[in-house]
Amino acid sequence: MTDLLTPVLTKNWGDEKSWTLRAYEKSGGYDALRKALTMTPDEVTGVVKDSGLRGRGGAGFPTGMKWSFVPKDNPNPKYLVVNGDESEPGTCKDIPLMLASPHTLVEGVIISSYAIGVHTAFIYIRGEVLHVVRRMQQAVAEAREAGYLGTNILDSGFDLEIVVHAGAGAYICGEETALLDSLEGLRGQPRLRPPFPAVAGLYASPTVINNVESIASVPSIIARGKDWFGSMGTEKSKGFTIYSLSGHVANPGQFEAPLGITLRELLELAGGVREGHELKFFTPGGSSTPILTAEHLDLPLDYEGMAGAGSMLGTKALQIFDETTSVVRTTLRWVEFYKHESCGKCTPCREGTWWLVQLLRDFEAGTAREGDIETMLDLCDNIGGRSFCALADGAVACVTSAVKYFRSEFEAGYRTPAWELLPYELSARFSVPATTGAHV
Amino acid sequence: MTVTAKDLSVEQAVDQVTLTIDGIEVSVPKGTLVIRAAERLGIAIPRFCDHPLLDPVGACRECMVEVPDMGNGRGMPKPQASCTLEAMPGMKISTQLSSPVAAKAQSGMLEFLLINHPLDCPICDKGGECPLQNQAMSNGRGESRYGGVKRTFPKPVPISAQVLLDRERCVLCARCTRFSEQISGDPFIALVERGALQQVGVYAEQPYDSYFSGNVIQICPVGALTSSDYRFQARPFDLVSTTTSCEHCAAGCELRTDHRHYQVKRRMAGEAPEVNEEWNCDVGRFAFVSGRLTDRLTMPLLREDGVLRPASWPEAVDAAVAGLKAAGTEVGVLTGGRLTMEAAYAYQRFARTVLGTNNIDFRARVASAEEEQFLASTVAGVRLDDSVTYGDLERAGKVVLVGLEPEEECPIIFLRLRKAVRKRKLRVVAVAPRLSNGNAKLSATLVPTAPAGETAAIADLTDVDAGTVVLLGERLAGVPGALSAAVALAERTGARLAWVPRRAGEVGAVEAGCLPSLLPGGRLVSDGVARVDTGSAWGVASLPSGPGLDVNGMLGAASDETLKALVVAGAEIGDFADPVSARDAFEHVGFLVSIENRLSDIAVRADVVFPAALLEETTGTFLDWEHRPRPVARVNKGLRSPMTDIRILAALADAMGSDLGVRNARQAAAELGELTGWDGARAEAPAFPGADDSITPDGLRLATWRELIDDSRRNDGADDLMETAPPPVARLSTATAARAGITDGEPVTVGTARGQLTYLALLDDTVVDGVVWIPSRAPGRNVAETLGARAGDPVTAKEGFQS
Repeated sequence: MTDLLTPVLTKNWGDEKSWTLRAYEKSGGYDALRKALTMTPDEVTGVVKDSGLRGRGGAGFPTGMKWSFVPKDNPNPKYLVVNGDESEPGTCKDIPLMLASPHTLVEGVIISSYAIGVHTAFIYIRGEVLHVVRRMQQAVAEAREAGYLGTNILDSGFDLEIVVHAGAGAYICGEETALLDSLEGLRGQPRLRPPFPAVAGLYASPTVINNVESIASVPSIIARGKDWFGSMGTEKSKGFTIYSLSGHVANPGQFEAPLGITLRELLELAGGVREGHELKFFTPGGSSTPILTAEHLDLPLDYEGMAGAGSMLGTKALQIFDETTSVVRTTLRWVEFYKHESCGKCTPCREGTWWLVQLLRDFEAGTAREGDIETMLDLCDNIGGRSFCALADGAVACVTSAVKYFRSEFEAGYRTPAWELLPYELSARFSVPATTGAHV
Repeated sequence: MTVTAKDLSVEQAVDQVTLTIDGIEVSVPKGTLVIRAAERLGIAIPRFCDHPLLDPVGACRECMVEVPDMGNGRGMPKPQASCTLEAMPGMKISTQLSSPVAAKAQSGMLEFLLINHPLDCPICDKGGECPLQNQAMSNGRGESRYGGVKRTFPKPVPISAQVLLDRERCVLCARCTRFSEQISGDPFIALVERGALQQVGVYAEQPYDSYFSGNVIQICPVGALTSSDYRFQARPFDLVSTTTSCEHCAAGCELRTDHRHYQVKRRMAGEAPEVNEEWNCDVGRFAFVSGRLTDRLTMPLLREDGVLRPASWPEAVDAAVAGLKAAGTEVGVLTGGRLTMEAAYAYQRFARTVLGTNNIDFRARVASAEEEQFLASTVAGVRLDDSVTYGDLERAGKVVLVGLEPEEECPIIFLRLRKAVRKRKLRVVAVAPRLSNGNAKLSATLVPTAPAGETAAIADLTDVDAGTVVLLGERLAGVPGALSAAVALAERTGARLAWVPRRAGEVGAVEAGCLPSLLPGGRLVSDGVARVDTGSAWGVASLPSGPGLDVNGMLGAASDETLKALVVAGAEIGDFADPVSARDAFEHVGFLVSIENRLSDIAVRADVVFPAALLEETTGTFLDWEHRPRPVARVNKGLRSPMTDIRILAALADAMGSDLGVRNARQAAAELGELTGWDGARAEAPAFPGADDSITPDGLRLATWRELIDDSRRNDGADDLMETAPPPVARLSTATAARAGITDGEPVTVGTARGQLTYLALLDDTVVDGVVWIPSRAPGRNVAETLGARAGDPVTAKEGFQS
């Protein structure tokens, strides 16, 4: 089974002091940069474009194409911003990557900046993970010391500085335009588009914003070629990616595999669902992606496969829930998260999540009234696709999909508290004292 | 007002796009937003955050429409906010009128907006004129399905002395914060916190400090921002609204004045796209109670045994006539800046045909012969079509400010310039002794100029061409040669000039002929043809031809008692260039008639006082700085004094056996209308030399001008407004302060041989070295009166309080 794994990004994670420049160079680090600097920037962009690499942050937009949107004739400086504001419930790939192998990202940033014509790049990291911020700062300092950053990098004539920036604790700053506001020192709230960041992004200058994993994938593509990359994955979803499994699974963690692997295969790699239990539902890519159930175990986990099932690949954060789990309680927790993280800019997200939480608390407490399911779905209809950015779409995706697959559990909420229907202590991974109420 | 040909040509030059909304085709200029294209068809899409003068934000999501076709054959999968969507050729839009999806999106959004709204409409100032209330009725659900817990906040919290914030009512549309950032440039309020707890907040260490704060109350689409002044004063449906014009400066703002029970309750900015757009300043909005204080004059007063006592109208008229007749033609008329053009016209006609003198001047302020010649040659007789307008400022290649601080002296010019700076990258150049906050907000380039150095600075201006507009402030009357230099600059470069006085009545007074050398419509007293022409219009055989005295001449002649009588209207002693000598003149003049709204420091020295109706009780016209007629409507019919200035003058004329010819504003306007369009001789442009403007090495020179909110009788009674007056500071550069031993933030006393005034020192390195700037009329501090100094005069400054 282990030959299903294709460790590229995760290959060196187990190495001795894998985060140091020395360890990274020992395993061939920065060779791709040397190779890239012998190519023209357009050739580098061409390889990335032809490789079929798609954004690993969730939306799956072709990375090379994004780079080519940057206008060549704009007199302003161009910027590359790496989105490391990984905050989605369940998502855990960029943070371990930056922690275990920060130089992979640094090398990716240098090659990508060279391709786009950027001389100042930013790595925006979720502020709560201070250890990761420090590790990235250390890596950037090491790389600079070694001549991989600064002026005339490796005698190529190419100059680049990288700024590592810590966010201030807002999920919304993972939305790329809110991230730009935050990076500029403003409150992070999404910006109106157009203008798109490629035209007027950071400091009103052309800006490319890519996910950590996308940029970290670039060195291997340059080093080993587009054909090698394209040999993995499926026709439209090429290459490898990091799947994060969490929840009721025997061996949770990150699993790097070709796109298109199925959850059944991944679960086998992870030792299966918690012993003695069976899969009830899962998120394919974090809490913003509609949940799926055991009937979707054999679907390919790629962009098309998930869209075909009415969900999304997202960040490939597979949260696994077994049959002891209350879907009502899970949904409430997720929506509480979105309510807390709604930036407040637009009405449906701000007010809608406020309302949804109150309805879901009624369902959890068994005090919902007949018709509340219809009201809740109607609210979701008034929120989804009506908001300023996609945060609210994510907030309602878990609600509508939960009702779609587990309506009876919500109907039970007209009479029975969720903690009576599915006692919470049974779903705890570790034994906890029995509880009688919610929110413990 | 009529749309000028210039405006039309600009609009037609823009490409048009044609789209279809609810099945109806409409063509709009490229770049038009769908919500506004729909308005052209009379389709009202509900909205809260959208405001045509603010940048789109798309926050409230109320204006959702369906887009079956983007113009490229493809539709949008989700409804779109029409306030952020640009019209595209061939686009198809379905609003709530034709799309159930759009209608549901809108009613859903209203339901969301109401779940955390307190629904305290019965005690809310906005109730009855509330967009949220109205749209909840037109586009919302009849009943809410929300049974949960509402978000609550303590209410209200003040964000300034004038503006109160009720956070529960706020729908977070960001109109107020966008206004402050985009329009007035005072970003002292901002949205803080997140989610449903997001709220408008102030910076704890800095108050919401803006001359335009009242606008946020007016544009708030709910009752979240209320006026401390108007709060709980009235219900909108009990108010009677009158469209009129503001009397506080020469900007010419349209006002909507609301009254109830014969008392004005509030004033709001009217909609005049060519003038004030939809904004006004806080003085225009909040300073309207001065006429209802205890010093309001309601009956004539007569001096008897040295004391003023109430008198009947016939008694007062007889006494005034006796005094004026005794003075013969050795009499003068001083009218201040408060009068309408019609009243000003009546005063000058009274002077010329009833009293038989050209001794008339409206300038109760610094004035000069050079300025009079400038006004006669360059300002008088100019029609709107030929003058610089707000639109010209917006389209100018460059605007030069000389002797003018727009934010302090004509706030709407400031807003319009800021709009052009923001939208069109207009370049503004300020010839001034320091870069004021207002000019900094215009990104103005400072031409550092010590007071009295303006003349040389104007002559030295470079990069001035026919696309340049030069705005000249009334303060230049105090700078020898400056107005002459400006005229020469315009002749040399083709730049256009505009004169911007501080007070609303001044341009009208020039037009009406309230100057010793000037008859109505730009005619010259010295021109025999003009005198005959005017005399025939007035039905009099001849007009006085001798040169009249200007304000300085009249005050001097009154002091040495060669002038035997004065008739004064709308002036304060503190307004004159030197209040001390003005007071001396009013005390020495043999006979003094005062025509006033309130008991003034001139009225208390008068022999006869006539109470004139307030502006809100009368009709007439102001000419704004553009020469645009701004109609003044009678707001209040509950008159406490039935006599207007014109009626009083007519009564005096009758009693003197003469005839004023006009008895009301309508007749005065008609007669003045007949006198416009003069094509005879005009005054020569002034060509006065500059004065020596060198600064002695150790000397300190005074720079000063009036601030918008300062010690002015118009602001009396507007206590909350006065709380927002700028603090009394003396500004000087670090080098100048070091030389004088002055420390930042410490008291500094500015003095002359006459007196001393104390301010807080504020080190400001934009101030020209060797200059100290103080406000002319900070509350309790009249510079002209106490120091006897004007801009450019030598002063001393030392740390510490006055001795």
